[in-house]
Amino acid sequence: MKLADLQKIAEHEVDFQRAYKHRINVCCSSGCVPFGALKVLKAFEDAVKEFSVEKDCKVAKTGCVGTCSVGPAVIIEPGDYLYQSVTPERVRETVRDHIVLGLPVKDMLYHSEDFFKKQHRLVLRNAGKIDPSRIEDYIAMGGYSAIVKCLATMTPQGVIYEVTRSGLRGRGGAGFPTGQKWSLVARSHSTPKYIVANLDEGDPGVFANRTLAEADPHAILEGMLIAAYAVGAEKGYIYIRAEYPLAIQTLQKAIVQARAMTLLGDSVLETPFKFDLELRFGAGAFVAGEETAILASVEGRRAMPRPRPPYPANSGLWGKPTLIQNVETLANIPVIIQNGGEWFSKVGTTKCSGTKCFSLTGQINNPGLIEVPMGITLREVVFEIGGGIQNNRPFKAVLVGGPSGGCLPEALLDLPIDYDSLTKVGAIMGSGGIVVIDDQSCMVDTAKFFTDFCVEESCGKCVPCRAGLVKVQEIFNRITTGDGKVEDIAALDKAGNYIKEASLCGLGQTAPNPVLTTLRYFRDEYLEHIVDKKCRAGKCFRNLVKEEEVEDQ
Amino acid sequence: MSAGTVKLKIDNIEVNVPEGTMILEAARANGVVIPTLCDVEGLTAYGGCRMCMVEIHGSPKLFASCVTPVSTGMEIVTQSDKLKEYRKMALQFILSERSHICSVCVANNSCELQKLANELGVDHVQFEREWTSFPVDSTHDFLVLDRNRCILCTRCVRVCDEIEGVHTLDLKLRGKDEQVIVDLDDQWGESTSCTSCRKCAKVCPVGAIYVEGEALSETKDKNVAKFVLSRRNR
Amino acid sequence: MLKDDNRKAMIDKVMKEHNYEESSLLEILHKAQDSYGYLDKILLTYIAKSLTLPPSHVLGVATFYSFFKLKAPGEHVVTGCLGTACYVKSVDDIMTAIEHDFNIKRGGSTPDGKLSLFITRCIGACAMAPNIIVDDEVIGKATKEVVVERVRLALEGGGRRR
Repeated sequence: MKLADLQKIAEHEVDFQRAYKHRINVCCSSGCVPFGALKVLKAFEDAVKEFSVEKDCKVAKTGCVGTCSVGPAVIIEPGDYLYQSVTPERVRETVRDHIVLGLPVKDMLYHSEDFFKKQHRLVLRNAGKIDPSRIEDYIAMGGYSAIVKCLATMTPQGVIYEVTRSGLRGRGGAGFPTGQKWSLVARSHSTPKYIVANLDEGDPGVFANRTLAEADPHAILEGMLIAAYAVGAEKGYIYIRAEYPLAIQTLQKAIVQARAMTLLGDSVLETPFKFDLELRFGAGAFVAGEETAILASVEGRRAMPRPRPPYPANSGLWGKPTLIQNVETLANIPVIIQNGGEWFSKVGTTKCSGTKCFSLTGQINNPGLIEVPMGITLREVVFEIGGGIQNNRPFKAVLVGGPSGGCLPEALLDLPIDYDSLTKVGAIMGSGGIVVIDDQSCMVDTAKFFTDFCVEESCGKCVPCRAGLVKVQEIFNRITTGDGKVEDIAALDKAGNYIKEASLCGLGQTAPNPVLTTLRYFRDEYLEHIVDKKCRAGKCFRNLVKEEEVEDQ
Repeated sequence: MSAGTVKLKIDNIEVNVPEGTMILEAARANGVVIPTLCDVEGLTAYGGCRMCMVEIHGSPKLFASCVTPVSTGMEIVTQSDKLKEYRKMALQFILSERSHICSVCVANNSCELQKLANELGVDHVQFEREWTSFPVDSTHDFLVLDRNRCILCTRCVRVCDEIEGVHTLDLKLRGKDEQVIVDLDDQWGESTSCTSCRKCAKVCPVGAIYVEGEALSETKDKNVAKFVLSRRNR
Repeated sequence: MLKDDNRKAMIDKVMKEHNYEESSLLEILHKAQDSYGYLDKILLTYIAKSLTLPPSHVLGVATFYSFFKLKAPGEHVVTGCLGTACYVKSVDDIMTAIEHDFNIKRGGSTPDGKLSLFITRCIGACAMAPNIIVDDEVIGKATKEVVVERVRLALEGGGRRR
């Protein structure tokens, strides 16, 4: 296949799709499948036949639209009617009323208009709209035109220039400028060079990368291709959690299709550019998301981080220059190439351009997957997109950035979401988890939960993280069972800061964040636990309650 | 100054070392002592114990000197109140992590951990001690592995792999549960890969691996790796 | 010795595809666990020999990653998701109920080998939290009552899963 052929495929596919008056997109991602999405899909296929509208109506199996709490979700185009909690039983009625009679079924439509209002979908541009198992769907949306543009009209330096100009920063957590990272790898003389796409979403409570892979796998592949062209890599790995079977399947299929169209292989689109990739499976280790640990894991070793320097850009996989990039970062790349770096830099804020995907969960009315422009406030996310707290309970805190993030109070809700603002208040962007909690959760218990997580996930290499966190955990165990001492607060603070400063890798350096932020913003709850032996949320001191119950009997 | 030489200051002493030298080596070569536990000359640096952390003028961060290369103009501080406090904290974490009771330990008086604790004035541990019991393996003819005294510095694992070349030892599990294993977590006495070379016992900084019936002051020799390498390169 | 059967042929095939490269260890362990259900010593020894890796290295890798199981799981497997979203939605209470009602501990199996209770750190269905997986079925927005009943049904139904 040649560069020009892609355009023909796109045109042909657009014509093919235009022949249908309606398109019924049934979300078949991991969020919806366990709740009957495939049965709903089958029911739609049967129903359009029953009403003899199959010539007007394309039933498509798509990825996630983001409203994961009310799955299975179905979108009927035109008009983007979003149906929630669709059951096979109600499909017949939906096809009859909506397609045949032109009357949308009102009581099944998604309950909140606000959920989409402030979102800005760049990374998730195709999510829920295309069938991820068909490369033609992606091509029809302009897919792979960015790599064509690169190969036909841009030099690798030109590509790096656009990416640098866009101001894109790594979406994996630390926010390192992407263009700068690319030039480091491009300037390394040693060959071969590698690319590792990080899809080891280890943060408990985060599912943005999985959703992306399930909904639009080719966006990741195209991002990798462009990156490879820019830095001169010829081999790539996608490191993906083994716990994501559907995302794995989707990507595997996408790779096969891309190879068949010579988008991957020894001569990409019959040009001298050569690139191919393989999947590598993670196996349940949070630390494997750290960039030197991911390298160890791809090489088939224990995912233990190693000190830097040398940086992976100079010495990564098998000692060769390696570009490690989160898949969300990569999915931004085609958009940047298509529209130009300057255009991208105007989305979001001046220092932090673009958008960020967040998994919005917890005690909130509209949980799901969202993509918002950088600089949006937490308040907008929680109360507008998220629709506020469930059952009108009082808001207590928002946990940003997963187990290494921070617990932020109401007073910080007007904080704009960007790397620097979050770091300033003790949280991190992380891989994009926002968990909203109400007054039924205890902040001490929450900090303890994250500490327990990090203790379990510590690789054991360095003393502060391995042994220090265990001591922090012990103090929490005391405080939450009634044996806390006032000195414990100072001890937590001291140990937390030590672990933060002295740990070898990012996991240890950020592990105390939940502890330190809760100490900073919710100190009164600690004192209540220690002095009054009281937990206002009723989560702690369960051992004491049990003893009392025993005495009562 | 010849090309490839780096000029820097360590504790206000001006030093010149070859490019690529780690801060720890540079300090040693110039008589500055930085406390270490996982480091053994001749083995790959591990960067795990965090005892050798130093401050570099102009950076708010701390750096593990064993794995941080020198660069021109660096001003390094190896002793400060903060570093002392952090080193003491690291020692307390290690001491309370497993069973480190000097009076009943074979390594008493020839233990690097004990010696460091004395030097830094760690005479008590403010944290609760863990009393998880780990298996002791005394099935080998003369080598004993007591995981309760292990500080997970991996000196034994590295010397077994990098110097002896058999890789009998490794770590299993992760985090606080990590343990040194022999082959497939087999009894040492049944190991088919172990050459009984004793290097693991020689480099163990504590009493976790030792030769039964021998005074540790005689068996310990952490220069073994450096010595073997120098013979090999001759 | 590892028995000559389809499962072994499958692992051999994958190792060959990967050219017996050291770096393919994780992929091989995944395949082996897929085929055999768990990784026992005989299997690990075979893999170590085939890839010419030290046994201690292979065990070190297999035990580092929590996805790999070194013991046979029970006939029925309940997995609780302990991701943040599920935790905030009190998944712990459901786990405690299972532990209590079926006399089992997290990470363990019942003595008769009928039931295992595992935890996983996030299955990524956070918007449906709390999630419990009983055999291969994900129960979203789970409650104590529903899960306990579902486990009881599985146990009464007998037979092997899959």
